[in-house]
Amino acid sequence: MLEPINISMAELNLSTLTPMLIAIGGALLILIIDLFKDGLHKSLYVMLTLLILIIDLGAVMGLDVNQRGFFDLMLIDGISILSQALILFTSMLFIPLALTSKRFHEYSYPEYFALFLFMIAGFQFMVSSDNLILIFVGLETASLALYTLIAMHNRPSSYEAAVKYFTMGALAAGFFVMGSAIIYATTGSVELYKIAEVLQNRMNETGLMITIIGGALVLLVAFGFKLSLFPFHTWGPDTYEGASAPLAGYMSIIPKLSATIVAMRIFGMYIDIGIEEIRIAILVLSVLTMTLSNIMALVQSDVKRMLAYSSISHAGFIMAAIALDTTKGNSGIFLYYILFMFTNLGAFSMLWISRHKNSIFHNRFDHPYEKFAGLVKVMPMGAVVMALFMLSLAGVPPFSVFWGKIYIMSSAVDAGYVWLALVMGFNSAISAYYYLKLIVYMFLKDPVNNDGTIYYNISKPLMTIIGLAVFATVTSVFYVQPLLEYITYMVGASGY
Amino acid sequence: MDNILSILIFFPALAGLLGFIVDKDSARAYGISVATIEFLLALWLWMIFDGSNGGMQFIEMVPLIADFGISYYLGVDGISLFIVVMATLMVLLGMIGLSIKKDIKNMIISLLFLEMTMVGVFLALDAIIFYLFWELSLVPMLYIIGAWGGPRRVYAAVKFFLYTFFGSLIMLVGMLFLAYLYHDITGVWSFAITDWYALVLPFKYQMWLFIAFFFGFAIKVPMFPFHTWLPYAHGQAPTIGSVILAAVLLKMGTYGFIRFSLPILPDASVEMITPIAILSLIMIVYTAMIAYSQKDMKQVIAYSSVSHMGIIMLGVFAMNAEGISGSIFLMLSHGVVSGALFMLVGVIYDRRHTKMMSEFGGLASVMPKYATIFGIMLMASVGLPLTIGFVGEFLVLLGFYKISPIMTLIAGSTIILGAVYMLSLYKQTFFGPVTNQENHKLKDLDKKEMMSLLPLVAIVVWLGVYPKPILEPIDNSVKHLVAFMDKKAKTQEAKDIIISTTLIREEK
Repeated sequence: MLEPINISMAELNLSTLTPMLIAIGGALLILIIDLFKDGLHKSLYVMLTLLILIIDLGAVMGLDVNQRGFFDLMLIDGISILSQALILFTSMLFIPLALTSKRFHEYSYPEYFALFLFMIAGFQFMVSSDNLILIFVGLETASLALYTLIAMHNRPSSYEAAVKYFTMGALAAGFFVMGSAIIYATTGSVELYKIAEVLQNRMNETGLMITIIGGALVLLVAFGFKLSLFPFHTWGPDTYEGASAPLAGYMSIIPKLSATIVAMRIFGMYIDIGIEEIRIAILVLSVLTMTLSNIMALVQSDVKRMLAYSSISHAGFIMAAIALDTTKGNSGIFLYYILFMFTNLGAFSMLWISRHKNSIFHNRFDHPYEKFAGLVKVMPMGAVVMALFMLSLAGVPPFSVFWGKIYIMSSAVDAGYVWLALVMGFNSAISAYYYLKLIVYMFLKDPVNNDGTIYYNISKPLMTIIGLAVFATVTSVFYVQPLLEYITYMVGASGY
Repeated sequence: MDNILSILIFFPALAGLLGFIVDKDSARAYGISVATIEFLLALWLWMIFDGSNGGMQFIEMVPLIADFGISYYLGVDGISLFIVVMATLMVLLGMIGLSIKKDIKNMIISLLFLEMTMVGVFLALDAIIFYLFWELSLVPMLYIIGAWGGPRRVYAAVKFFLYTFFGSLIMLVGMLFLAYLYHDITGVWSFAITDWYALVLPFKYQMWLFIAFFFGFAIKVPMFPFHTWLPYAHGQAPTIGSVILAAVLLKMGTYGFIRFSLPILPDASVEMITPIAILSLIMIVYTAMIAYSQKDMKQVIAYSSVSHMGIIMLGVFAMNAEGISGSIFLMLSHGVVSGALFMLVGVIYDRRHTKMMSEFGGLASVMPKYATIFGIMLMASVGLPLTIGFVGEFLVLLGFYKISPIMTLIAGSTIILGAVYMLSLYKQTFFGPVTNQENHKLKDLDKKEMMSLLPLVAIVVWLGVYPKPILEPIDNSVKHLVAFMDKKAKTQEAKDIIISTTLIREEK
């Protein structure tokens, strides 16, 4: 006869779940409002979403560091709080981008906002657990919502993007489950800390190493898809191109951040117990990713595709920090993402405000370089702002991404990987070329077919967001210190 | 005024920002006023600078990213002081002589931002702040070359940017490695150059770091074989771009060697004397020959710039007070002279829209004032005694004589080779009958051009005859530096070569 299991509410520690519950509750609230009254304006939903995100952020900030809850499935450590806060903050910058002056299909559905909140809850689950099953559930919740969000942009290319992403995502999910199954078969657990214990004890058993490494590599492939690492990146540029510009910018940050955190937990564990092969595999993948996607970005003729490849290259840059597995490297990942977030979201927003309903500049691309030719003569402010973002992405000091770059390069040097720092340096030099290409078009060429309506889609809320991004990009040198202090504390507190 | 250095750096930037509001018809006057104030501030700095003190003065330090050892750290010594004064002077004169009409407001604003970065590079004592201004200086220059340059301007501008950017990223890795070593030894992070001076590093590390820094600086100088971007940039840049590029931006490279490589890595620097001297000699002789074969006046001066930068490099690696002081003085004189020469070429280009020597001839009779000033600058460039060019060149050769008499002899050929290409340029352009009818109606220098050139002529003669007011503070700081290197050097070989001798004051 089975013993009845008694669990007290205090032991469940449900407070660890509050942030996700707020997001899910908010999403349901939006759906209910829609049931009662049709045809409400998108601004209502945008503001509601924003408010829910703010409450959510408040709940996250109120969590205590290093606690477990809900049958020990939840793990609220420093990096979980940090990444949840970053996810929510980025979403708060993202959602007002819906308030364009022109109508777009997706924003007329309240479901868009509900799905958005479900997706955030998924990401929050993903980063605050070390249980492979819960991570998987979070990952799938978030991904399925995201596929739908992409498709809702309602153009043929968006459907293509969503289907492509979905197919690749499903494949990645398969790999993830496969890897988890192998791990479960070898260790009998799906909890990372228990897996680490068992692996450590069984490391020396003959013939087991191949299973351990095999399982890890299958997982690495899954994350390769999610983080769009070479050679699993092929879905990336098409999906970015098909998605609306702000969503593409968002996709280059938050889904990747969440996957990076999980990768940090899983592969950090492997490296910690001394399986060097995993470190080498990650290094090879990241070096290939940053170099090859950089080279592919060189030949793009569409700014959005260029930014897509550049985001892939940045992801490779960050992935290299995971292989270092030092506190400094892991802090560098957060610093990089935060600084990168402002700049990249800003750059994609600049594309967003220049979006026309019809392709008037090129019959294949929405944002060919020619569209921005001579922009400084037509819209001097717009050109300067875009140039700032490009310089920042290229890593020109003192703009934000530079600080993230040198911090990660410095942690590579500290960990004894000077060659890695050099590779990163070379890649920054290569990437400067394609960022510069846009600047050259904007500043040094004459306008083609430009009737002054390039910023067609502009509105006050969009300008505010871009203004914030510019401000954060330019003044980064003043807030890196407190940020770094907080990040290092949080990462150190969670033992990474 | 303890924070004069900050004011010097950020005044032009602030003025540049406010310049967006100034009406475009008044932009030039605004630019000149701002540049004048900036120049006066630089002169003020020179006034209150204590010339007998060889160390850093007017130090400012504010921690920026304390956990990572980055601070806003400025200071000035005899080495950087005069380069800053020269930079502000060249910006001012360049603006006075500005003949560009198109988008003049954008040009003025870019120049003011460029001025901030140039002054910042020479005053920064924190490696990251140095790097920040170093990289940032590329952006306005990219715009100046790319927007107002010749037909292939975009290619030239992008090449300039990428080449330098690539080199400096390798340098950045070197800086990060140095900071890591510093952290390893002392337990604190610091990017302060003065903190790094205290590091005594193993020889192997010194060599690697030297190479990393070498890439950053050598591309900027530009040393052979990394010089290929320069003639392009000069060929396509507008006059003002060439003036600033030759007078100030190239000096960042040689300044970097003096500020970073020599004191932080003395043993490696001594070890590398021969390879660098060979590269410098190639620069001197080879580019002088190329200069002779050019048909375009501006290219002649561009290649002569590279040739002279070779002598400066040689002086830096003479490792003694004469050589280093001489090369710093030569940096100043080269800044003044090549700046003036580029302005002079700009003058004729504005009138005829060509820079080909074959188009001219007999200009001396049509434009006597122009020919006189060109002649004086040409003599200074060749290094005729009693002109500014002679002092530095002489000191450099004197200093390097202690390292290798034979190499000094080859380097000395620069005076002959320089005379060959410069005089041939002068002969083709100014002497003989006026062959081209269009040249008959050329106007001589107008008031604006005279105003921008005469101060330079005065400086050329004044410092050629009496260099002491400048040479003495430079010499004090250099002796400080050399004595420090002598103390820090580990290998006996290095100690033998680094001798902190007294500078022979009276050369003439």
